[in-house]
Amino acid sequence: MLRYSLKRLLSLIISLAVASVVIFGVIEVAPGDPASFMLGVNAQPDTLAALRAELGLDVSKLQRYFNWVGGMLTGDFGTSYTYRTPVSQMIADRLWVSLPLALYALTLSTLIAFPAGIYAAARRGKPGDLAVMGATQLGIAVPNFWFAMMLVLIFAINLRWFNAGGFVGWETGFWTGLHSLTLPAIALALPQAAILARVMRSSLLDILGEDFMRTARAKGLSRRQALWRHGVRNALIPVLTIIGLQFSFLLAGSIIIEQVFYLPGLGRLVFQAISARDLIVVESVVMLLVFAVITVNFLVDLAYAAVDPRLRSRT
Amino acid sequence: MSRNLILGTLLSSLVLLAAVVSFVWTPYDHAALNIPDKLQPPSTQHWFGTDHFGRDIFSMIMVGARTSIAVALVAVGIGVGFGVPLGLTAAARKGSWLDEVIMRGNDLVFAFPSLVIAILITAVFGAGAVNAIIAIGIFNIPVFARITRGAALSLWEREFILAARVSGKGAARISAEHILPNVANLLIVQGTIQFSLGILAEAGLSYVGLGAQPPTPSWGRMLADAQTMVSFAPHLALIPGLAIIVTVLGLNLLGDGLRDWLDPRIRVARA
Repeated sequence: MLRYSLKRLLSLIISLAVASVVIFGVIEVAPGDPASFMLGVNAQPDTLAALRAELGLDVSKLQRYFNWVGGMLTGDFGTSYTYRTPVSQMIADRLWVSLPLALYALTLSTLIAFPAGIYAAARRGKPGDLAVMGATQLGIAVPNFWFAMMLVLIFAINLRWFNAGGFVGWETGFWTGLHSLTLPAIALALPQAAILARVMRSSLLDILGEDFMRTARAKGLSRRQALWRHGVRNALIPVLTIIGLQFSFLLAGSIIIEQVFYLPGLGRLVFQAISARDLIVVESVVMLLVFAVITVNFLVDLAYAAVDPRLRSRT
Repeated sequence: MSRNLILGTLLSSLVLLAAVVSFVWTPYDHAALNIPDKLQPPSTQHWFGTDHFGRDIFSMIMVGARTSIAVALVAVGIGVGFGVPLGLTAAARKGSWLDEVIMRGNDLVFAFPSLVIAILITAVFGAGAVNAIIAIGIFNIPVFARITRGAALSLWEREFILAARVSGKGAARISAEHILPNVANLLIVQGTIQFSLGILAEAGLSYVGLGAQPPTPSWGRMLADAQTMVSFAPHLALIPGLAIIVTVLGLNLLGDGLRDWLDPRIRVARA
């Protein structure tokens, strides 16, 4: 297990390094000089040079890459071109919205998908199964941002149970904060729940066909007992992998949902940065998202290897 | 033929038909402004109503289908065009450094969700339909590379491939003549699924302003425009959303149906 973990850790580091080169490379292709963009066309050459030095743009590209990566490793993401504030601070503020939103959505999606998937598998081929499968087919086809708009229409505009948008902030209290993230979290969770329910169902159906399930029934367990004690537990392994993978998709997906609800999260930050050509912010947010995806995949692999020893020898 | 296949074909053809017909006919000019008739609900004159500029929504949906299909189709083409040769090469050179490089490259691209690729491209080159195509297309490459490699690997173990090797054919020729035809079914099914994901991704990208730009109509942007008016003109949001759902649902059902239909094991079991 240790050898496998070290090997995966090495490939994690290589992936992150290559990803950082790709992101830096793509952003560097961008035409125009941030300093002259900030100061406008009438800027004096010496002011321009001073600003370039302040932003760290007066060194070679290679040097800038290493400054950027080295800075990120120590928590210094550079200074925003438009706001002149540390990018790390801007990201940290926005993460307090995006991260809880993704976690909230992940919880909801699991809470919906598990019972739905288990129910469908236990009633394979019967009307209950067909209804769940039909609903998941529909759930996968619904764009989450459209579903979000419908939720606003029904629960915010008509019923007035929630605010149509905005975030009240965690300082107003945990439950108030959670309340204002509820509609976005539902919108984000539903399509993921549909996928997860299908995975849960097919994984459980595979397990139900195994010999040990027949043994469990033969030793006198009822269908329900066998299902919960032996079926669900074993079916969880592939499902947990998907949950891990979904987290990174939820974090990226929250970028779009934040637009629907005018939430001050990473999504809004990155879109504001794009329109203001604040490329250092774009660069850092993208790197952070890719870091999240790669790291979560790494953790899922490790967890998977821990429960299934066969995987360790395969690589 | 299964119910999925029939319903999927029906829904997908409906959308395709709307897109094709829109080249020669739409009830109204989709771009014509008609302010006096703005925000009308669905009626016999305007089947899907009108938007805040008085434009006919039915016509916009028809032309928007074109954008959605074009973006998703070309993105699938990019995925197949790059991913399949990469997957075939990796399988033919299994275990070599080339296989390793291709597969690690795939893993890396997988770490960039299409939205993130779109953000990067847009930050540098500006928004537009072409950039949406590239972003979704790049995301499709590892999907097709992986699925091709996986299927090709098991084929390389088969006796008919051994026979081809004995007859003196090289790896490239075997891949093209024997492996590719045998993975084609799988690719068609995956292509349908990626096509539907592409429709969703395109809608999402144009909703946040990273996709097709005005005056090109797109379902995602119609939804973005509708957002501030959803309280007094819900049809503005309802109709483009339903168009997306019908298309994606149709393609997913088509993919499921095709998989069952093309998989010989299931067909034998049914016969």
